[in-house]
Amino acid sequence: MNVAEKPVIAPDSLIGQRIQKKDAPEKAAGKTRYIQDMVVPGMLHAKILRSSRVHARIKSIDTSAAKALPGVHVVLTAADVPDQQPIGVARDHLPLKGERVRSQRDEIAAVAADSEEIAEAALKLIRVEYEDLPVIATPEDAIKPGAPLIHPAPLDADGRPQALPPKTPIAFAGKADNIAMRFDYTHGDIAQAEAESDVVVEDTFQLHYVTHCCMGVSGVIAEFDASGNLLMYSNTQVPFLHKREFAEYLNIDPSRVRIIQPPIGGGFGSKLDIYPFEVICIFLARAAKRPVKMVFTREEEFLASPTRQPVLLTLRSGCKKDGTLTFRQVHTLHDNGAYTSWGATTPFVMMQTFSSLYRVPACDYHTTVVYTNNPYAGSFRGYGNLQATFAIEQHMDMLAEKIGMDPLDFRLMNAQDAGEVTGQGMTFKSCGFKECLTTAAERSEYRKKHADNLANRDAPGPVKRGIGIASMLHVGGGAKIYPSDGCGTILKLDDFANVTLITGASEIGQGSETVLSQLVCEELGLPISAVTVVNNDTAITPWDVGVHASRTTFIAGNSAIGAARKAKAKILAAAAKKHGCDEVELDLRGGFVIRADSGEPLVELARLMRNLHFSDKAELVMTTFYYEPPSVHQDKAFKGDVSAAYAWAAQVVEVEVDTDTGIVKMTKVTGTHDVGRVLNRLGLEGQIEGGVVMGQGYALTENLIVENGITRNPNFRDYKLVTAPEIPEMDITFVESMDGEGPQGAKGVGEAPAICIAAAAANAIYNATGVRIFALPFTPEAVYRALRGAAPKPHWQAWKPE
Amino acid sequence: MLLTHDIEFTLNGVTKKLTIDVTMNALDMLRDVVGLTGTKYGCGEGECGACTIRVDGETRNSCLMFAVDFDGRDIVTIEGLAADPKADALRESFVEHGAVQCGFCTPGMVMQASHILDTHPDADAETIKRGLEGNLCRCTGYKKIVDAVESACCGGR
Repeated sequence: MNVAEKPVIAPDSLIGQRIQKKDAPEKAAGKTRYIQDMVVPGMLHAKILRSSRVHARIKSIDTSAAKALPGVHVVLTAADVPDQQPIGVARDHLPLKGERVRSQRDEIAAVAADSEEIAEAALKLIRVEYEDLPVIATPEDAIKPGAPLIHPAPLDADGRPQALPPKTPIAFAGKADNIAMRFDYTHGDIAQAEAESDVVVEDTFQLHYVTHCCMGVSGVIAEFDASGNLLMYSNTQVPFLHKREFAEYLNIDPSRVRIIQPPIGGGFGSKLDIYPFEVICIFLARAAKRPVKMVFTREEEFLASPTRQPVLLTLRSGCKKDGTLTFRQVHTLHDNGAYTSWGATTPFVMMQTFSSLYRVPACDYHTTVVYTNNPYAGSFRGYGNLQATFAIEQHMDMLAEKIGMDPLDFRLMNAQDAGEVTGQGMTFKSCGFKECLTTAAERSEYRKKHADNLANRDAPGPVKRGIGIASMLHVGGGAKIYPSDGCGTILKLDDFANVTLITGASEIGQGSETVLSQLVCEELGLPISAVTVVNNDTAITPWDVGVHASRTTFIAGNSAIGAARKAKAKILAAAAKKHGCDEVELDLRGGFVIRADSGEPLVELARLMRNLHFSDKAELVMTTFYYEPPSVHQDKAFKGDVSAAYAWAAQVVEVEVDTDTGIVKMTKVTGTHDVGRVLNRLGLEGQIEGGVVMGQGYALTENLIVENGITRNPNFRDYKLVTAPEIPEMDITFVESMDGEGPQGAKGVGEAPAICIAAAAANAIYNATGVRIFALPFTPEAVYRALRGAAPKPHWQAWKPE
Repeated sequence: MLLTHDIEFTLNGVTKKLTIDVTMNALDMLRDVVGLTGTKYGCGEGECGACTIRVDGETRNSCLMFAVDFDGRDIVTIEGLAADPKADALRESFVEHGAVQCGFCTPGMVMQASHILDTHPDADAETIKRGLEGNLCRCTGYKKIVDAVESACCGGR
């Protein structure tokens, strides 16, 4: 176990306080300049022509009229960029499509013009001739024998698949089937575990399309300097990975790519991949020799942004009569869409939940990710865990009911503890899982209400009350996916003891600039206002793998603390020398060097800084630190301790189901999160509340309707985000398990709050009505049908590849 | 052929005369012609409230107005509100209550909140939620925004 003692908190400590977000005053005054607001002198405006077909061969593209339009500078098609390289996780995606379109979003041509209006007018003048191809609208169709291929191999003159060198990207070589990726994981002996089970349940769950809906739409500005160096203003969440990737696509040295991130209007995982519009904008800037800005419309944001991945999931779970879990067996089919982005890799996270949320002696997990002509799936807060948890946590209730055990007791009996190593090799150092369960249950009066609701199911009146619980496990100490999961910090103090914190960690609204400042100030005994954060320019900031996987507080926090402690050591050494004492006798508090025992101020820090600077041996306090978490890469069998710490939570959802209308009202959410330690209470609550409401939308209202490859509701009128009057009462509490590796004991929490809500809502609806719904979302129509037995249970003959 | 029209209106307390394209919408004019970018484009069809401004005291989605509709009106944008000491408490309340995360919806939220404060100075949480129904936020889950407005309402009491 690696759990820290909770230290006695100094009265002036910033840890656990409610710290205002540093950039909030600017944002509340409308002064913050997002990418949409930026104007670069001489810039052109760009627009993309997207496919009007879902799956078709492109017979011809005529751009002559568009090129002739006054004010148009550049029109590009695939033919104009013969050097374009495939993007994406599987290198199966050319930014501009020349021969074939595979989804409604596909980019065929792009225009850079004097204004957006002219660019739009030019798009209307481009003529494209198509030859329609059969549409693969569902993953089930994609794996049928003889299904048309989404990425067929190019044919030679004789009509045979061309022989291309090995390792040729899919975008050029094609793929002989529609399977984008497969994941197979197993631990324990499934057959034996099933034989030992007294109860086995098997169900198929269906998870739908939702999308990020960042309030700030996607945008980018690209420009080249006279020497051919690329400068991008980008909303990316992973600037250092993209710097390298863009260089690869452009065949230039990565040192010639600089990425500046203006403040970002929401991320939630949507900005982890490189998308065609960014590469196309670079091509336009290269061709026009002018800065080019491209900003989406909201409709385009819906059509051409990644989605959360829809999943068809069959789960078999077993337990003994005494409540011991025995096994889980999982087969899933993921709809990848036409191209492969991070959505295809969410099975990594899903398998952790199946193998390790509860103690389960045997787990067998098989996922197939298949190409279709649908929108392609990316990464989205929770990264597969919402889908996995939706299935697992319903089965926990179902198994408990079968053996006549209380659902809370059943969970507590099988919940992981600190010190356990799971079948997958995850080591739980700090673990407040059981405390999360009991706290959330007690605060919500779960047991009493659960029993009362059951007793009142048949009471008169259309409105039934329900309560449901669900739990989650998620990475909370980074995730070692890339060769490094680290973050660098450069820290300097000026002559007035103000700190500039230069961090690789990106800010996407989550409050990293505030929490990192807080951690630095805690070391240096300074107020938050003494810190300026620089965090958005790859030419200045040290490397960081990106803002994802709930990692920034943990990883960048440890990095910032490392740099601050080095600075503190230098300062105390200088002060000790000056005052003729030992540095261990000194500390920093309230802007002064103090005597550690008495608290007596010795010298003002600012004065000491000036003394150091303007002396014979002139010196400035400047430090650097690179933090790499002590996690490991998984092996080929997906075993290993991928995160340095794990976050836990239990959430209780209360609902009112109107059985006449099918309307489900989420009345209350009681959530308890093991966050290691509360750093910024205000920011932490904000993350949790926002995540809960995002989870509420996933459960009840949000549904990107894709029919035959066409997105039917690309607007906020028909795609329902939760609005202010619909939010539940929220009772949020924290378990402080004091992680030994975490910054001041803290763990990551960014994704956690969204994960359990849909699962807990499903259990609550069952508690209210006795009807279990296996498909999301719980819209009034879906619930109305289910209550009347008119909603067919998702069915799927779990598909096992040969 | 471009059809233009001369308009005169008050923008954040200052008289403004402009000749504008009759098809231009008010949001584009504010952002691209006048250069006030605090008012945000979120959807362009009146669903998200990021472009909320005040027109003769009432709140409006500027994306749904033609620029020519400003003629003769009194317009206040977030920049005008930011310069108004009377609104300091409201903006400070947003900051203090953690109502700001990515901040993209915030200008529209603050504009709408200023209207709630003017018209319902004693508003309770439920009234405030109804008042903010037309403003979407993806980060905060609304609770801290409601808290911020409620505190500003009570503060003014």
